[in-house]
Amino acid sequence: MEQHSQTFIDNASEALGDTAKVQRRDLLGAFMPLVRDAAVEKFGKFEALRQHVKRIRQHSIDNLDHYLARFEEEALHNGNQLHFAADGDELNSIVLDICQQHGARRVAKGKSMVTEETGLNDFLQRANLDVKETDLGEYIIQQAGETPSHIVGPALHKSQAEIRELFLEKHDLGQRDLPEISDLVKEARVILREHFLQAEVGIIGSNALIAENGYSMLVTNEGNGDLCANLPKVLVICTTVDRILPRAEDATAMLRLLVRSATGQPQTCYTSFYSGPRREQDIDGPLETHIVLLDNKRTEIMDGNYREMLECIRCGACLNHCPIYTGVGGHAYGWVYPGPMGSVLTPLLTSLEQSTALPNACTSCGRCAEVCPAAIPLPDLLRDLRHDESRQQLTPVRWRKGLRLHAWLARQPRLYHFITGIGITIMQRLGRKKGGFRRLPLASGWTSQRDLPSPQGKTFMQQYRNGSGPGNE
Amino acid sequence: MNSKKQHPPARENRPRVSLFVTCLADLFRPSVAFASIKLLEQAGYTVDVPRAQTCCGQPAYNSGEYEATVPLAQQVIELFEPYDYVVAPSGSCAGMICHHYPRLLQGQWRDRALQLAAKTFELTTFLSDVADMKRTRRPPVSLPTVTYHDSCAGLRELGIKEQPRKLLRELCDTGVRELQQTDVCCGFGGTFCTKMPEISGKMVGDKLASALATEAKILAGGDLGCLLNLAGRARRQDQAIEVRHIAELLVGDLEGPAIGEGQ
Repeated sequence: MEQHSQTFIDNASEALGDTAKVQRRDLLGAFMPLVRDAAVEKFGKFEALRQHVKRIRQHSIDNLDHYLARFEEEALHNGNQLHFAADGDELNSIVLDICQQHGARRVAKGKSMVTEETGLNDFLQRANLDVKETDLGEYIIQQAGETPSHIVGPALHKSQAEIRELFLEKHDLGQRDLPEISDLVKEARVILREHFLQAEVGIIGSNALIAENGYSMLVTNEGNGDLCANLPKVLVICTTVDRILPRAEDATAMLRLLVRSATGQPQTCYTSFYSGPRREQDIDGPLETHIVLLDNKRTEIMDGNYREMLECIRCGACLNHCPIYTGVGGHAYGWVYPGPMGSVLTPLLTSLEQSTALPNACTSCGRCAEVCPAAIPLPDLLRDLRHDESRQQLTPVRWRKGLRLHAWLARQPRLYHFITGIGITIMQRLGRKKGGFRRLPLASGWTSQRDLPSPQGKTFMQQYRNGSGPGNE
Repeated sequence: MNSKKQHPPARENRPRVSLFVTCLADLFRPSVAFASIKLLEQAGYTVDVPRAQTCCGQPAYNSGEYEATVPLAQQVIELFEPYDYVVAPSGSCAGMICHHYPRLLQGQWRDRALQLAAKTFELTTFLSDVADMKRTRRPPVSLPTVTYHDSCAGLRELGIKEQPRKLLRELCDTGVRELQQTDVCCGFGGTFCTKMPEISGKMVGDKLASALATEAKILAGGDLGCLLNLAGRARRQDQAIEVRHIAELLVGDLEGPAIGEGQ
């Protein structure tokens, strides 16, 4: 997927200009934390389970080689074919090869952020395959020619009216009105059912890979994943190496955190475990199953300072709780993963040079880390990325110089107090009457949005030294 | 020590508190530091203000300039470690000392940072959880209606939520008119507000709207960064809500102009 992260500030500005969309996102930002909090409170054991799962995730990543080998052994034993892809291009080629080997023309696709990361749909479509997204949100944005704005709800940015317009335009079904949401869902279902039945290949993602039995776990609310997995004769599961967990019970423990964090449900409507191809006694299921494990820099991240990011379980809670994400929406981040998790992942999976704005799109408010079911210290990781930017000289020179000058001055207390004393005296004389400044040289960032309140009087240090302060009897 | 010479000798068996003034109180709102001293003295402490203090280093640190922050952190540790307690009228500066110095520093300096962290408190936390304000026997301060902005660093790094409310109840007999989505950031974020002004503007606009919706006369908080942001936005929108630091409220210092108000 083409990346536009460097223009984050302009993207955000554009997003903030669309009042109707801003209001939709405000509602989302108010609503999602409420349902998440209610679910977590009702569950009652969230924090204990969070620590438990954190240890499991750490252990799994620490012993990735071991558990991947075990997973491979079990998955092969179940009759799956396994593929390892070093990068996105390799994954795309592997999947295309599988499709071509079976002479496939139609592909039914379940929701998968990994394939968004690799740009699989475009790749397959260029090879003349008819690829249809079957998750309703993904289907909507595919029809609209857009990208996901949220990792769990890819079409959350779309209003009902927009979706209605889109369906009327894209579906050649004659005169109809589609007044209700249920009408829209029904129409999508009719179109998608046909595709499920015709598709030769189904592609889905995975929420966890279970080493002890070689199963792949998937959660959905629509059941489309199961139709992708069971109706076409070939199933391809595209996922990444860091989804690995040792035992089935680890996957279900993680599930308890994942779903509550994502949607506030105790569990999703469908939770499926895929073992492998249809066995002789089975009445349905794919004849052939492939599991494509993508690395795409994950093992590199494992060896670096951002290892904890691999523990992310992709629930989207950090997006829903981030006032910057809910302010500007997912598209402003300019790549696949938005919000706090995306601002860490994007520089790591693409490059810091192409993503320098993202680690700065953070006030360190800490709300993301507070709700993160994987207890990832996202604001710390974002600050560390800003440190990397500084070391790699990617920070604007005047920022770097200004901050270093301030830090240096703060280490010369006498000089600091002398200079700030003069500056504050001048500011205070100019601003005392009115109480603030509408404009100030070198402070346009501040004054573009708010006045700068005037200093109250002389600095505390001046008053305290002179004994003129009210507290210094 | 330089600072000790200038103050009346401590009364016997009074524990010594050093005030970390914070750079924003020093420069923009000295009344916050004077109010803090008064409150700590009312609580029975001898207050020292080490004169060589400047800034805790957050601007550089939060911008990823770790190397420039290290000597500043060391300066703060050296200056404040001789005292029984360190108190700062700011959750983000106290959070910087308590959480981020130990993260930033290594070896012996890290140990010293941890020792300093153990005796460093944000003002309302100290007054509420360490000091015994009930002993002060001062007449209660009477206040107009108040709403409260929970600053993020204080709220999430230090768990400051009940403390200012408890103090307002006990010392001012005042409840807080809670604003909606009280745990959402006001968009200050240090240098963030100047790096990404438009996003910050949306956030502070939302926060101010929530505060105005309470119809409280005063918007109080514990961190001057947020309060300057909110007061500046209120001025820009011609809103009359008074923005004040909690320390000023607790001592009943409402005579002077509120933050951003003309004289």
